Amino acid sequence: MSKSSFKIITNGILSDNPTFVQCIGLCPTLAVTTSVANGLGMGIAATFVLIASNAVISLLRKIVPDEVRIPIFIVVIAGFVTVIEFLMKGFAPELNKSLGIFIPLIVVNCIILARAEAFASKNGVFASILDGVGMGAGFTIALMFLGSIREIFGAGTWFGNPVVSFEPAMLIVLAPGGFIVLGCCMAAFKAIQARGGAKPAEAGTGCGCCAMAKFCGKTEAEKSECEAK
Amino acid sequence: MTMTELFLLFISSIFVHNILLSRFLGCCPFMGVSSKLKTAQGMGAAVVFVIVLASLMTWLTYNYLLVPLNLEYLYTLSFILVIAALVQFVELALKKLNPTLYKSLGIFLPLITTNCAVLGVAVLNMNEGYGLAASLVNALGSSLGFLLAISLMAGIRERIEENEGIPSALKGLPMALITAGLMSIAFMGFTGIIK
Repeated sequence: MSKSSFKIITNGILSDNPTFVQCIGLCPTLAVTTSVANGLGMGIAATFVLIASNAVISLLRKIVPDEVRIPIFIVVIAGFVTVIEFLMKGFAPELNKSLGIFIPLIVVNCIILARAEAFASKNGVFASILDGVGMGAGFTIALMFLGSIREIFGAGTWFGNPVVSFEPAMLIVLAPGGFIVLGCCMAAFKAIQARGGAKPAEAGTGCGCCAMAKFCGKTEAEKSECEAK
Repeated sequence: MTMTELFLLFISSIFVHNILLSRFLGCCPFMGVSSKLKTAQGMGAAVVFVIVLASLMTWLTYNYLLVPLNLEYLYTLSFILVIAALVQFVELALKKLNPTLYKSLGIFLPLITTNCAVLGVAVLNMNEGYGLAASLVNALGSSLGFLLAISLMAGIRERIEENEGIPSALKGLPMALITAGLMSIAFMGFTGIIK
């Protein structure tokens, strides 16, 4: 593997990690990390959609007219989400049940649309697939990391096996725990970055630092209106 | 559904199953546009408007188009297209008919298409098998819950953002997430009001 291909993959896992660096795709991150298995399942589903849609969008990039590219991207993504939904229903019905509506909601996961817009629509097929692998892996690792913390401290288990001797704090598995654990993890990452001497990336907040932010004004609105804003 | 059931659904979708603090739908705008109270309210109002309309349209699409044609599995694809078209249409209509309202809500509309709260409420209505009335009540309740939570959040953030006492690592998003966690604990208290 050439050096640049390797860099595309590590980019998604480390320097451009969708969860901890770009802070996008917060809803599934918060909702499905109640256990490490759910996090892994969601990560794999999103990675599949990300790789497949990146590949198709990269193939279509020269055919699709610029004005209608976002609706076309969304249709491609929704198609793959429907595929993964069928696969999950067939092969992992339990997981499908615990992820619930967050499977169809992969369509509106901004990580996928952001990669389509920022990477796949400008690069070749092979590079786009690698980008999908890297971003997907970064997302999956982040979900598993949060899922592990919440499952170990909230339920006392890891992948369903008991691992701790203390009384676990139920709250961490419940909704408030999701927010608090993610907030503490982000603070820890910022602190580590600051100690390492690197200037901590200006913490964007959610939507604002989403890679789509500069595009989404243009997605549905006409360009002229957008420029007027 | 009887009136009592609808009323309970309304209350529970605002407080007990709050769309942001307990269902985790629409977290991106919750974190992204909650630093100023005025913008947060604008976003919240736009969301109320779009979620109610989108629930109506997706309910009609599902029950009168997809079910008769046995195409239920295409719901993800058709819902997102209906929502995207609807948002575009609302934006054009608002611009023509009510420029004042457009000025205050218009800038938020494009952001709403990819807001998972809108698609999420539509899918929830479908999964729960709600009728038209229940779907609309659930949509209204959920979106009012969104407006409530994002306004509270913005009110809190306006006060804590400039606070010197916050360690630099916690400033911004981490602090907002922890605040949301504390709000979520408070909202858990509402669980008791409906058995």
